[in-house]
Amino acid sequence: MKRRTLLKTSLAASVVMAVGSVIPGRVMAAYPKAAFENKDAAGALNDMFGTSDYAESGDIKIKAPEIAENGAVVPVQVSSSIANIESISIVVSGNPTPMIASFNMHGSEGFVSTRIKMGKTSDVLAVVKAGGSLHATRQEVKVTIGGCGG
Amino acid sequence: MAKKTKIRAKEKDGIVIAKVLMSHPMETGLRKDKKTGKKIPAHFIQEVIAKAGDKTVLEAFWAGGVSKNPYMSFKYKGAKGEMLTISWIDNQGGSASKSAKVK
Repeated sequence: MKRRTLLKTSLAASVVMAVGSVIPGRVMAAYPKAAFENKDAAGALNDMFGTSDYAESGDIKIKAPEIAENGAVVPVQVSSSIANIESISIVVSGNPTPMIASFNMHGSEGFVSTRIKMGKTSDVLAVVKAGGSLHATRQEVKVTIGGCGG
Repeated sequence: MAKKTKIRAKEKDGIVIAKVLMSHPMETGLRKDKKTGKKIPAHFIQEVIAKAGDKTVLEAFWAGGVSKNPYMSFKYKGAKGEMLTISWIDNQGGSASKSAKVK
């Protein structure tokens, strides 16, 4: 039994090391733990970017359902025509921890699509960081069955 | 635990559209086990890195708010035949990596 566990843990460790080694001299930022654990949307933005001030922007489009039947799986697509996008973040103010995901774009096109959980009806805020400042737009998603807790 | 990652990457007019499906429970740490009433420990992917060849094209930070068996799609400048590699690390030290050719 012990041998099995040892084998498993050493295997897991070697996988971690293997992944670590494919990312040599990484220039990326560390995991922004505080931002993801902050229970307040403005606080989470502050943890992530050092400011919670953003300009409302018409150049960001959120594609999300107006009514989500299942809060556990809400498809959200964010696209933006803003130049030199550094990151796109998705914030749901009604969730226990509003910061859902943050994508560092590394020169990729201003587009991300993913599926998120929503505990209740709330605004989905898409925050785009470009040229050192924050731009954002929001859309309300009505949730009929929550996807957090239970 | 089966940890499968599905990658589809298609190039059109110099832009690669990548669609990635990962296999992960994505537990927030807030959910309770219905039988025991105990909290299920948080278990979620916290970092995903996408590389085209050696170049990082996208880096995602996630928390438990991303749905179970996460899906993500993104676009980057690339070419057919290039390798797209998706690697992730979760909050419990688990990880996976998979590559696919851009079609």
